Amino acid sequence: MFFSQLALYEQAILALAAVVLLLTFLMLVHPRILSVIKLFAWQGLAVAATTALVAYDANAPHLYISALLTLLLKAFFIPWLLLRMVDRFDLHQELDSLSHPVLVLFGGIILVVFCYHTTLPVAAQLTAITHNVVAICMSVVLLGMVMLISRRKAVTQVVGFMALENGLFFAAVAVTEGMPMVVELGVAFDVLVAAIIFGIFFLHLRQSIDSLDTSRLSRLSERERD
Amino acid sequence: MNPTGWLLALLQTLLFVAAAPLFGAWIKRVKCWLQNRRPPSLLQPYRDLRRLFSKQVVLAEHASVIFRLTPYLVFGAIIMAATVTPFITLDTPTTAIADAIVLTGFFALARFFLALAGMDIGTAFGGMGASREMTVSALAEPAMLMMVFTVSMVASSTNLATVITSIEHQMVMTRPSLWFAALGFLLVIVAETGRIPVDNPSTHLELTMIHEAMILEYSGRHLAMLEWAAQLKLLVYAVLAINIFNPWGIAHSDGLAPLAIATALMAGKLMLFGTLLAAAETVLAKIRLFQVPVFLMLAFTLALGGMLCFIILEAG
Amino acid sequence: MTLQIAIGAVLGYLISGGLALLLSRHPRWQRTLAFALLSAGGILSIAGGGLGLIGTTQTQTAALGLPWLPWHLRLDALSAFFSLLLGLVTLPAALYGFGYCREYDQDAQRRTPLYIFTGLFVGGMQLLLLADDAFSFMIAWETMSLASYFLVAFHHQRADARRAAFLYLLMAQAGGLAILLAFGVLATFGHGYDFTAMRLAALPPGWAALAFALAFIGFGTKAGLVPLHIWLPEAHPVAPSHISALLSGVIVKMALYGFIRVTFDLIGNVQWQWGVAVLLAGAVTALYGVLYALVQSDFKRLLAYSTIENIGIIFLALGLSIIYLGSGHPLLGALAFVASLYHALNHACFKGLLFLGAGAVLHNTHETNLERLGGLMTRMPWTGFLVLIGCLSISSLPPFNGFASEWLTFQSALQAGALESGVLRASIPMAAAVLALTAALSAMTFVKAFGVGFLGLPRSPHARHAREVNGSMRLGQGLLALLCLLLGVFPTLVVTHIAAVSRLLLQADLPSATAHGWLWLTPLAADKASYSAPLVFTGMLIAVAVWVAVYLLLRPRRQQEPVPRVPAWDCGFGGLTPRTQYSASAFSMPIQRIFRSLWYLEETTRESKPTFGIGQPAYPRYDVRVHDWIQVRLYEPIGQWVLAAAKRIGALQTGHLRHYLLYSLLTLVLLLWLLQ
Repeated sequence: MFFSQLALYEQAILALAAVVLLLTFLMLVHPRILSVIKLFAWQGLAVAATTALVAYDANAPHLYISALLTLLLKAFFIPWLLLRMVDRFDLHQELDSLSHPVLVLFGGIILVVFCYHTTLPVAAQLTAITHNVVAICMSVVLLGMVMLISRRKAVTQVVGFMALENGLFFAAVAVTEGMPMVVELGVAFDVLVAAIIFGIFFLHLRQSIDSLDTSRLSRLSERERD
Repeated sequence: MNPTGWLLALLQTLLFVAAAPLFGAWIKRVKCWLQNRRPPSLLQPYRDLRRLFSKQVVLAEHASVIFRLTPYLVFGAIIMAATVTPFITLDTPTTAIADAIVLTGFFALARFFLALAGMDIGTAFGGMGASREMTVSALAEPAMLMMVFTVSMVASSTNLATVITSIEHQMVMTRPSLWFAALGFLLVIVAETGRIPVDNPSTHLELTMIHEAMILEYSGRHLAMLEWAAQLKLLVYAVLAINIFNPWGIAHSDGLAPLAIATALMAGKLMLFGTLLAAAETVLAKIRLFQVPVFLMLAFTLALGGMLCFIILEAG
Repeated sequence: MTLQIAIGAVLGYLISGGLALLLSRHPRWQRTLAFALLSAGGILSIAGGGLGLIGTTQTQTAALGLPWLPWHLRLDALSAFFSLLLGLVTLPAALYGFGYCREYDQDAQRRTPLYIFTGLFVGGMQLLLLADDAFSFMIAWETMSLASYFLVAFHHQRADARRAAFLYLLMAQAGGLAILLAFGVLATFGHGYDFTAMRLAALPPGWAALAFALAFIGFGTKAGLVPLHIWLPEAHPVAPSHISALLSGVIVKMALYGFIRVTFDLIGNVQWQWGVAVLLAGAVTALYGVLYALVQSDFKRLLAYSTIENIGIIFLALGLSIIYLGSGHPLLGALAFVASLYHALNHACFKGLLFLGAGAVLHNTHETNLERLGGLMTRMPWTGFLVLIGCLSISSLPPFNGFASEWLTFQSALQAGALESGVLRASIPMAAAVLALTAALSAMTFVKAFGVGFLGLPRSPHARHAREVNGSMRLGQGLLALLCLLLGVFPTLVVTHIAAVSRLLLQADLPSATAHGWLWLTPLAADKASYSAPLVFTGMLIAVAVWVAVYLLLRPRRQQEPVPRVPAWDCGFGGLTPRTQYSASAFSMPIQRIFRSLWYLEETTRESKPTFGIGQPAYPRYDVRVHDWIQVRLYEPIGQWVLAAAKRIGALQTGHLRHYLLYSLLTLVLLLWLLQ
C-alpha cells in the first residue's frame, strides 16, 4: 500500500489536500454568503498549512515565508475584508442559493475525475511526494471557475475567484515546490490589490443597481428585451 | 466450526439486543441535560417495553396478515444485522455470513415490511410515512454504498471483520478517504435511523413524521417489538461507525481479559457517540422533506470524495 | 442425446400450436392439449438445458434449410443455460395459462390464434438457442418476432394494442436488420454463414467494432435498452398475462443470448472500450427504467418498465465483464459474467411470477390500474402471498434471488481497483452507486405496487368483490415463487453451474466461488467477501421462531380470546374510506418532485368549489400523465420528419397513368445508362 508507507507529515500533506478539495466543494454549494466566506478562510488556512509542510518536506526555507504570507493574506486579511463588506452591506442573513445544487455538485465530481485523467501524464513525471496533489489543484481551479459561473451575488463570485487563485498557488507549491520569491510576492500583492478593487467595485455596484446581484447587471444592456 | 465462537456470537447478539434500549436512553439523557430538562431514568425504555409487552394487542379491522407478521420480520431482519456486525470481538464465525452489502440488505428488508405495514390499514398517515421512508432510504442508499466502496477499497474486502482488522493495522487514521467516508456515513446514519434533522423520533401527530407515521396503528407487543427494533437499528449503525472508523481495542480472541477491555472501551465510545448525536440533535433543526435530497447528496459527495481521494491521492 | 431432448422440446412447442389448429372446434380439448404439450416442451427444455450445462457440447446437422447451407444445430453450455431459463418460465406459464385461458373457451376466433402463435413463439425461441448458423438463427429469430407480434396484437379490438403491436413490429424489424448486418460482417471475414466459420474468422479491429456495434444495437432493441426501449412498455402489458410473462421473462433474454453469442463467442477478442459503452447503456437503462416504473399506476406497465430496469442491470454487469476481460482480468470478467447470467435467470423467474400475479388480479378484478385496486391481500391470499415473494425478490432483498445476483454484481464492481486506468477505477464505482439507487428505487416501486394494489382498502367494487383464482393459476405462480426462493437460498449451486458457461466462452472459471462448500458463496476469496444465504435464511427463521415460541409460552397466562378488531385509530381522525388512502401517484410524488425533469409530465389540477356551506372542503382533483421523455423528444420528431418527407415524396403520386409510365421510362433509361 502506497499511502501507509509514507511518513506521517507526508500523509498529512495529502490529507490537507483532500480537505482543501472538500472545502471547495462546500463553498461551491453552501447557500449562505457568510458561511462561504468562513469556508474560504478555512481553505486559506489549509493551503498555508500545506505550504508549511511542503517547506519542511522539501527543506525549502523560502516556502515558509510563502506559507506565512498565505496565512496572513488568505486566511485572515481577505476574509476580514469580505466580512467587513458583509457588515457594511448587512448581508448576514443573505442567501445565494444555487438553483440546481445537486447538478452543480455532480458536475463538480465529474470535473474532478476529468482533472485526474488529464493530469495523470503530468503527475507521472513528477518525483515529489506531492505529485498526486496536481489533480486536486487543477480541480480546485476549475471548481473555482464553476463557482464564478454558478453564483449570482458579487461577494460569492469574488470568493470563487479567490478560491481559484488558491488552487493556482497550491499547484505552484505542489508541483515546483514554490516559484521564485519575487514571483510569489508579486502574486500576493496582486491578490491584495484585487481584493481592494473588488471592495470598491461592490460599492459602485451597490450604488448603481442597488444590489449585489450581478445577474441584474444584464439590465444595463441597451438591447431591447421582450 | 468452534463451539466457543458460536457461543460468543450468540452472547454478543444478546448483548446487542439487551443494550439497545440503554443506548437510546443515554442519548435522551444527554439531550435532556443539554436542554436543561430533567432526564428520565436510564431504565425507562425497559419499563416502556415491559409495559407494552404486557398489554393486549388491538388490531385495526382492515389489517391483513402482513400487518401482523411485520413486527416479527422486522425484528428478525434487524437481529440478523446485529448478528453479523462485530460488536466487541472479531473472533466470531457469524461475521462471515454476511458482508457490508448484505448488511444493508437486512435493513432494506426490514424497511420494506415496515413500509408495507404502514400502507396496510389504509390510513393517510401510514401511506405518507411509507412513501417518505422509501424516498429517504432510496436517496441514502447510494451514499451508503459509496461509503462501503471507499472502505472496502482501502481494505480490499467487504467483509466487516477483514475491514476492521485492516484499518486497525494502520496505527493512526490519517487517510482522508476514511475521514470523508466516516463523515458521509454519519449523515447516512442520521437519515436511515430517522434522527433530526431528517426525521424527529419523538414527534407525534405531525405531518412531518416519517417513522412514527408508519407504526401509528401498532399496539401492545407488536409496538414493543418495532420500538425495540428501531433502537437496535440505531445501535447497530452506531457500532458499525465506531468499529469501522475507530476500531482500536476490539477483541481478537475469546480470552476474558481482551473481551472485558473491549466491552469497556466500546461502552465508552458508544457514550461519546451518543453524546455527539444528542448534541447535533440539540443544535440542528429539522429540515424540510425536500431539503433531504440535498442533505443526502452531500453525504454521497463526501463518500464519493473519499473514494476519489483514495484513487487520486492514496493509491500511488 | 441432450441435443435430441432439446429438439424434442422444439417439436413439442410446435405440435402444441399445430394441434390447436386441428382441434379448433373442441375448446376444452384444444386448451388442455395445447397447454399439456407446452408444459411437456417446458419440461424437455429444462431437462435438455440442465443436462447440457453438465455435459459436453453436442452438434448436429439437420436436413432442412438451403441446399448449400443445411441447418446446423448445437447445444453448448450457453444455449443450455438459456434453454433451462426458457423451460423454467414456460412450464409455469403453461400451467397457469390452462386456467387463465378458460375464459376464452367461448371465443373461437381469438383462442385458436392465441394457442397457435404461443406454440410458434416458444418453439422459435427454443430453435434460436439451438441454431448454429446465421441462416437458421435469423429464421428462428423472425419466427419468434412475428409470432409474438400476433400475441401482442391479441386484443386487436383495442386501439392501444394495435398501436403497440405495430410499434413492436417496426422496432423488431429495425433490430433484425442490424443483426443481419452484423452477421454479414462476420460472414464476410469468416467465409461462411455457419457459426463455426465465424468463430475462426480473424476480424480487423475496426470491423470487429462495427460488428459489435451492430449486434449491440440489434439485440439491444429487442432487449429494450434505452433509448431503443419505447416499444417495450407498450407491447408487454397488452398481451394476455401468461404471454406477458414470456415476453418480459424470456424474449428479452433471447436478445441477451444473441448478444452474448455474437460478442463473446463469434467475435471473441473483446475490447474494454465496448465494455464502457455497454456499462454506460446498462446504467442509463437501469435508472431510466426504474424511474419510469416508479411513476406508473398501471400494474402491468409498471412491470414492463421494471423489465427495462433489470435488463439495464444485466447489461451493466455484462459491461463490467467486457471491461475486465478486455483489460486482461479473466477471473474478474468471469465473475461479472456469471453475475449477469444469474441476474438474467432470476429476472426471468420473478418477472414471470409478477406478470402471472398481475394476470391473476386482472382475471378476477378486470383491473390493472393500481388506483382502482386495494385490499386484495385478504381477498386473494394465495396470489397476494406469491406476488409478495415476487416483490421481495425483485427488490433485491435477502435471502431471495434478486439479492444474490445483485450482490455478485456489486462484488464484481468493487474489484475495479484492479484496473490500470484511473478513470475507469473512478467511474465504475459511480455505476455501482447508480445500481444502488436503482435497487432502492425498485424497492420503493414494489412497495407501492404491493401496498396500493394488495393492502389497504379496496378502491373499486371490482376489487371489493375479488375472489381467489383457480388452482392451475396458483400452481403456475407457486412454482415460480418456489424457484425465486431456491435460487436465492442456494446461490453457490447456481453459480457453480453457470460457471460452466464462462468456462466455455471466456475460458475462465470461478474456482474460489465455491471453494468453501455449498454453504458459503465467496466470489474471489473468503476474506474478501462472503455470503451465506442458507445461514441467513435459517437465521431469520430462528429469529422468528424464537418469537413465536416465546409468544406461545406466554400465551396461556393471557386471555385465550382472539385479538380484538377495532376501527383504525388514524390519530383520531376516523371515518376511514378508500378515498382517504394514499394513492399510487401520491406515493411516488416525493421522488417525482425530486427528479422532476426526467419525465415528460402532464399535470392537471382542477378544483371544484364547494357547492354549499362555508367550511366545506373543496374537492381538488389531481391528474398526472407520464409520457416517455425519449419518445416525446426523440421519436416523435423523427416520426414527424418521416411523415413530412413522405408527404413530399407523395407528390410523385399524381393519379395520372401517363406520369407513372414516365417514371418507368426514366427508370429504364437510368438503368440502361448504369449498365452501360
